[in-house]
Amino acid sequence: MRLELQKRAGASTLFSILSPFIALVLTLVAGAIMFVILGKPPFASLYSYFIEPLFLKFDMGPIFSDFSFEGIVPNGWSLEQILVKATPLALIAVGLAVCFRSGNWNIGAEGQYLIGGMFGAMIPVLFNDWNSPLTLPLVLIMGMLGGALYGFIPAILKSRFGTNEILTSLMLVYVAQQLVDWIVRGPWRDPKGMGFPGTKSFNESAVLPSLWQHADAHYGAVIAVVAAIAVWFMLAKTSKGFEITVLGQSPRAGRFAGFSAKNMTVFAFLFSGAMAGLAGISEVSGSVEKLDDKLSLGYGFTAIIVAFLGRLNPLGIVAAALVLALSYIGGEAAQISLGVSDRAARVFQGLLLFFVLACDTLIHYRVRLVAAVEAVA
Amino acid sequence: MKKTLFALAASAAVMLSAGAAQADGHAKTKACFIYIGPTGDFGWTYQHDEGRKAVEAEFGDKVETAFLENVPESAEAQRPIEAFARSGCNIIFTTSFNYMDPTNKAAAKHPDVKFEHATGYKREHPNVSTYSSKFYQGRYVQGQIAAKMSKTGVAGYIASFPIPEVVRGINSFILGAQSVNPDFKLKVVWVSTWFDPPKEADAAKALIDQGVDILTQHTDSTAAMQVAAERGIKAFGQASDMIKFGPKTQLTAIIDDWAPYYKERVKAVIDGTWKQQDVWHGMDHGSVAMAPYTNMPDDVAAMAKKTEESIRDGSFEPFTGPVTKQDGTVWLKDGEKADIGTMLGMNFYVKGVDDKLPK
Repeated sequence: MRLELQKRAGASTLFSILSPFIALVLTLVAGAIMFVILGKPPFASLYSYFIEPLFLKFDMGPIFSDFSFEGIVPNGWSLEQILVKATPLALIAVGLAVCFRSGNWNIGAEGQYLIGGMFGAMIPVLFNDWNSPLTLPLVLIMGMLGGALYGFIPAILKSRFGTNEILTSLMLVYVAQQLVDWIVRGPWRDPKGMGFPGTKSFNESAVLPSLWQHADAHYGAVIAVVAAIAVWFMLAKTSKGFEITVLGQSPRAGRFAGFSAKNMTVFAFLFSGAMAGLAGISEVSGSVEKLDDKLSLGYGFTAIIVAFLGRLNPLGIVAAALVLALSYIGGEAAQISLGVSDRAARVFQGLLLFFVLACDTLIHYRVRLVAAVEAVA
Repeated sequence: MKKTLFALAASAAVMLSAGAAQADGHAKTKACFIYIGPTGDFGWTYQHDEGRKAVEAEFGDKVETAFLENVPESAEAQRPIEAFARSGCNIIFTTSFNYMDPTNKAAAKHPDVKFEHATGYKREHPNVSTYSSKFYQGRYVQGQIAAKMSKTGVAGYIASFPIPEVVRGINSFILGAQSVNPDFKLKVVWVSTWFDPPKEADAAKALIDQGVDILTQHTDSTAAMQVAAERGIKAFGQASDMIKFGPKTQLTAIIDDWAPYYKERVKAVIDGTWKQQDVWHGMDHGSVAMAPYTNMPDDVAAMAKKTEESIRDGSFEPFTGPVTKQDGTVWLKDGEKADIGTMLGMNFYVKGVDDKLPK
């Protein structure tokens, strides 16, 4: 006997909308089971993961020592940290949405993110004294350029030589990681940095400003929202968006309409590479304020989950980025309050992607059990 | 009107939370720890976590502890430290060198929380203390053993970052070795990480291929010990007793014992007597201990024990002249002892190290 996937005649619209939510619920159920296996209280663990970071514990002092206003006052600091984490995820995922919709599978956003950060860091590292109002815009543009150029490699390999872009883009991530690692330990290392890998801290003119005074959140968040709206507009209202969708859903139909799949591959990779590069430089310039060897935290891979959870819709992606960012911050909260391993957050993210893709598959296909005899016949 | 009401409510909340802070003397004291590696590294972080467990065992119901592991030494460290300070920790131990700036930054924002930074030197606010141990004392003993045990006359040293702490260990090791064999040589490989088992293993293999037959390390995992065991050479454990990973390989290990310090400082918070300080204890306080001397002849073990004892009772100090720097200039004259400033800022090799100190 074997399992067979059979395409459904028509996919249910209702379930298409519900699918990310079903996936979230299934992830929570699977997560609870995981906590039970780890010997942790499942509900308390889920609570500390997904609710605790959002609200302040409000201790009322000795008079009401058994009473606390938990879950009423939003925790401004945690919310801000979620915003900080969501920024690169949303920027990368918005670019990936365009790429995935056009039927091009860019798995190497992490590499484009890193090279973007490196290219953007070039100006503040090599011309540390150049302070002008033009510095920051140029730094950001350099970041986008770096990401786009790095995305161009798998694109040209696919459109020219027919290589599998999933493999090439993924493998280029490791090249990028080694390149950044080398440059921050070698040529760009801060001579006063006690030998620790990392460049000099950027000058203020090359730093993406904070949203308000002393904030950790920076203008990258605003850029991400603006980018999401712009890309939503492009996909929904322009002929380029139509071209992307047509080529993604039916390359043959696209060809008849006079669209070039090869040009689309190049466009999609340049675009998603530039967005990943922008995420990289906004992280470098806004959060870290220098280039170091800890830039690669896997945002480029997590953003793939974000893109699918957001149903490849830029506005959905903004919401999905916040959910995934919560899983990072919640991971820390659960570690503090319950001693849950820091790897649990990664497991959650993996489960989420699994269930999102499984739900999508089951909406479009039905599973059939086929008897072996029948298969032979 | 709305604004006034809000302001009233806010100030009431502030007053109430101030009341809560005063009541903390009766509530549990929360001690929190930030770790660079996993608690299961069986080296540096493992020992800090043993210290945390000792605090729990000592004070029982009076304390609550928490830790965050695998916290990178980068801007990413700021958030976990801050999260601890906000989650009601009364004292936070940050246990790696490059948590220095994030620790001081968080201390500025949370004057009521005590911060203890391991191996650093910045105490920018009255609520920041620094602490470390004189690990170099153990390195000297290891150097002596290495010189006795080595057939090739060359030992290998897997180093992390060229900060004074690490350089001090290298220099002390070679001085100990030279006290037995003046021609002893030391090869150094810099891996630029504290914890990365594959990288540490690669460095170990490279050193063995270059002819070293004794390995020591200033990184946190047991990888080098395991490679040494596979290749049949001898090695020293680092930060923790690693005998389980090389029963026929480990000669001895420097054991970092943080438990006495952690108990002392948490008690100071409970008693309300915590004050800023900078401590640098050694073998005399038990914060640096040696694992049993194994896999060596009795006379070598006896020599090691004697040196260890003389360092513990203060009759001997590893950085005692005559010592020549790598560039040939005299650092310490005969009988002269190194001053603490030079020790804390050590940025040069002594003679016999077969390596150029990275800048």
